[in-house]
Amino acid sequence: MNPYLWVAMSGADATMRGQSVTANNLANANTTGFRDEMNATRALPVQGTRLPSQVYVANEAPGANLKPGPVTRTGRPLDVAINGSGWIEVQGPNGKPALTRNGDLSISAAGVLETAAGNPVLGSGSRPITLPPMSSIQIGVDGTVSGVPQGSQANAPATLGRIRLVNPPAGSVRRGSDGLFRASGTLTPDAAVSLTPRALEGSNVNAVDSMLHLIQNARTFEAQIRLARTSSQNGKAADRVLNI
Amino acid sequence: MIRSLWIAKTGLNAEQKRMDVTANNIANVNTTGYKRERAVFSDLLYQNLRQAGAQSSQQTQLPSGLELGTGVRTVSTERLFSEGNLTQTGNPLDVAINGKGFLQVLRPDGTLAYTRAGNLQLNNQGQIVTPEGYPIQPAITIPQGAKSLTVAPDGTVSVTLPGQSQSQQVGNLQLATFVNPAGLQAIGNNEYVQTTASGPPTTGQPGVNGVGTLRQGSLETSNVNVVQQLVGMIATQRAYEVNSKMVKASNQMMQYANNTL
Repeated sequence: MNPYLWVAMSGADATMRGQSVTANNLANANTTGFRDEMNATRALPVQGTRLPSQVYVANEAPGANLKPGPVTRTGRPLDVAINGSGWIEVQGPNGKPALTRNGDLSISAAGVLETAAGNPVLGSGSRPITLPPMSSIQIGVDGTVSGVPQGSQANAPATLGRIRLVNPPAGSVRRGSDGLFRASGTLTPDAAVSLTPRALEGSNVNAVDSMLHLIQNARTFEAQIRLARTSSQNGKAADRVLNI
Repeated sequence: MIRSLWIAKTGLNAEQKRMDVTANNIANVNTTGYKRERAVFSDLLYQNLRQAGAQSSQQTQLPSGLELGTGVRTVSTERLFSEGNLTQTGNPLDVAINGKGFLQVLRPDGTLAYTRAGNLQLNNQGQIVTPEGYPIQPAITIPQGAKSLTVAPDGTVSVTLPGQSQSQQVGNLQLATFVNPAGLQAIGNNEYVQTTASGPPTTGQPGVNGVGTLRQGSLETSNVNVVQQLVGMIATQRAYEVNSKMVKASNQMMQYANNTL
């Protein structure tokens, strides 16, 4: 059997997976704080007695593109966008710290400051920030949560906590299967990370770029299928030659 | 079957929901006390096909893994409780709430609902009711023949009866606040009901404990910003288009494979 039929199939399969990465990016073109997923492939040569022509392909996920997304002002006091690089530290579903760029925060019924997905935002000492009933609330550029608790004088705002903002090296940050990011090693708050209050950071997916990937994947797929067809035609031709 | 087709479908669904939310906001641009909503998106789970950092041999580790995303979902429609504008109407039974509080409404089934719409009216017994006829709690009845009606910023309702020079107190309007107003469930008619997410209400006299004050003769308009909604609509429409392109491309890939092989 012609091995290049399998080589072409592995190419078509990798291209289809690449297309699903592009589809995921386009589907999240409007998801707050979403980071563009990158896609790459890797050559997998097969060594043997034959000519070294069998090079299969495998998908790689080099990680997420961490460049900042567009910031839009929303005017909501509990919306924050991170300027430049940096992360908001939250408590993941397993109780361990996780990282997010999604600053769409809200206060739960128990008074805990949490993200839209329900993960508590961590404050000083890596503990969730718990707030009393508030008549007004304010998040500062350095993550300080302050406001006027109900029943207090409006001229006496209280400081109620500070959101842990961290900035681990980009290489140590990976996306988990729940969409939250996690960093290897221990994290310490970084005073250089700043927020834009009353704004949200959009997805950093570049729609034009993703559309180009879409077209490229579609055409590469066709080329692989064409190769598989050639392989099958060659096989048929060989059958005919031997068919006396 | 091809993954990208289903992923693009989740994108189309999410953008469609966002458009629905925008349409509802724009439709309610002139609804008294309406609070705008926004659709909150989150990426769906990732399928881990190759674990990053797994051992590729006894000494070496895989530098990167292979994780495929599966699309997007609408987590919630979040309501934004910022205040709308106040408009002067001059009607003595119009009260706007300046602050975070809600008026309490007794629904026909005996449960309480909460509203920001202060366009109140009187029913045939002289009781203060909402436009649907549901009484405001605590119930306040205006005596027949009252010449004037005054709602003070602290909620005190007083009337002047014919032949009397002194005004007479007939009741107090109270306001309720919630720890997490975004957790309230909208039931239509400008009314909300409490949920576990909103927490129980704290009721109080207007002007005390930051629940807000009342302003007679004014109404709170909806807090929908039309320009913002229209810009959001354009962004949604374009994102819908790129996702439909993805459906088309995925379809063509499969079609090509089917026809060629």
